[in-house]
Amino acid sequence: MFEIFGIPSTALFGQLLIGLINGSFYALLSLGLAVIFGMLNIINFSHGAQYMMGAFAAYLLLQYSGLGYWPSLIITPVLVGITGVIIERLFLQRLYKLDHLYGLLLTFGLALIIEGVARNYFGSAGLPYTVPESLQGGRNLGFMFLPNYRAWVIVASLTVCFGTWFVIERTRLGAYLRAATENPTLVRAFGINVPRMITLTYGFGVALAAFAGVMAAPIYNVSPQMGSELIIVVFAVVVIGGMGSILGAIVTGFGLGVIEGLTKVFFPEASNTVIFVIMAIVLLVRPAGLFGRRA
Amino acid sequence: MERVVDPLAKQPSALRKNSETIAFVIMVVGLVAAPFFTYPLFLMQAMCFALFACAFNLLIGYVGLLSFGHALYFGWASYLSAYSAKAWGFSPELAILTGTATAAICGLVAGSLAIRRQGIYFAMVTLALAQMMYFFALQVKFTGGEDGIQAVPRGYLFGLIDLRNEMAMYVVVLVIFLAGFLFIYRIIHSPFGEVLKAIRENETRAISLGYKTDRYKLVAFVLSATLAGAAGATKAIVLQLASLTDVNWPMSGEVVLMTLVGGLGTIFGPIVGSFVILLMQYKLAPVGEWVLVIQGMIFVACVLLFRRGIIGELGNISRIKL
Repeated sequence: MFEIFGIPSTALFGQLLIGLINGSFYALLSLGLAVIFGMLNIINFSHGAQYMMGAFAAYLLLQYSGLGYWPSLIITPVLVGITGVIIERLFLQRLYKLDHLYGLLLTFGLALIIEGVARNYFGSAGLPYTVPESLQGGRNLGFMFLPNYRAWVIVASLTVCFGTWFVIERTRLGAYLRAATENPTLVRAFGINVPRMITLTYGFGVALAAFAGVMAAPIYNVSPQMGSELIIVVFAVVVIGGMGSILGAIVTGFGLGVIEGLTKVFFPEASNTVIFVIMAIVLLVRPAGLFGRRA
Repeated sequence: MERVVDPLAKQPSALRKNSETIAFVIMVVGLVAAPFFTYPLFLMQAMCFALFACAFNLLIGYVGLLSFGHALYFGWASYLSAYSAKAWGFSPELAILTGTATAAICGLVAGSLAIRRQGIYFAMVTLALAQMMYFFALQVKFTGGEDGIQAVPRGYLFGLIDLRNEMAMYVVVLVIFLAGFLFIYRIIHSPFGEVLKAIRENETRAISLGYKTDRYKLVAFVLSATLAGAAGATKAIVLQLASLTDVNWPMSGEVVLMTLVGGLGTIFGPIVGSFVILLMQYKLAPVGEWVLVIQGMIFVACVLLFRRGIIGELGNISRIKL
């Protein structure tokens, strides 16, 4: 063990790891928000609640049908994504012609409903979800101890983030998506079913949130308020990064997670607020956000 | 107010022209008479929230800015009002002024950051700043953390009138509420208010006409925060309590809900909305967490079906300005 700036290396790297883990979730969630905002022009306030739904779905699948972590990781995003598709068809599609604010208000209402239902059935205490057997334990890297599950979360989240980036920026499907974001009427004229694309985009964004929720379940306790606490931080992340760029959302998410982790080491009192302070500074210096375009 | 609207619709236009004055008179008469029929404490709380909602409505209804962080001003004013009354022994009017001034300063700082972004980002920035101040309230000593500041003395107004008397307190709250309401009414109907509405309708146009829209938005934001603070500071004295609930994000959501239910951009809507929502919370207290679900459903229903809110719909049906 050695010391850096008077801080033992294990503590420093430990917090750095926690920062990367938090950053993984910031990145996944702000990516989902950015994708949804790009197509629907709606800020999905229920994103946090849908992340929580993912965690609860994984918990329930384990409790009642014995499906473990790995099947959950696939099934849960699909299930929650389907609820997203239903929400889009039932509610959101009626709002596209209105002010963006109504989308925010509607999804806020949905978030309250989802969180309220979860609190009624599960109380506000956290429920434990064990780390899958194949990822238990960890390895000693010399300067720190790295639990296998945490390493997996970082790798998985990076993979999904860059996978999404690749699909949107480098494939034909992504090109349609980007074109429909710019000019939906014209893309429709080319015979592409834009409303269905919008529906599926929302479903995909929600599925991303649920995927993050499943990955979070073994790290944080599964609790009804896990989403609302996180989503406000993610909003700040989105304000800092700007929603114009997919890569920007990923980089900002991980970067802020790390900064938050380091703050815990050097100035623990500010660790809750550091992201908001950074947001204030970014608003002063670059009002459009780090990767944003002036609206 | 709902009772008045229908008969008015059939009246000649002279009455229709004065619909706002008539509604105001009826509201004042109602509020003066109400404490003899129902719990004064409930009414005082409702008036505080009504003022809070009116202050919020000044931004969303007349400038088109959705602040999702108004709990910051309400809650911090509440803390400072409670703390100055309890720890420094301020008289109630000074305590309320202290709280209100705190909210004004917070509004100036947060507002000058938030108006740098428009639309949906504005909502997110205000929410994030409010959350930051929530964490701050959680950490600093004087707020009492999870316990809040309890048993705040109501004290003697101007050193003379004992506010432990429920009726004396009621009159004070009524005066503050009506003063705040009339102030907002004055703002909306002033040349300044007209510029705000112009910004709401078309900001680019307002800029091209030579208005420094950022300054107008900031002033409106500070006014809104200050009045929200007056509401929070008064609430702390009335309920003798300032707690984390007042600064947390659900409170910001609640004031949005009250205004939405009553009617965005209507003068009386936020008042009706806050009475309705508060009454609902009282009646539904036994069902516990389902209140959250019901509030969520009201949000969804309002956005999909009644975007004008109660007063907005009534005004629309009867073609009266309210």
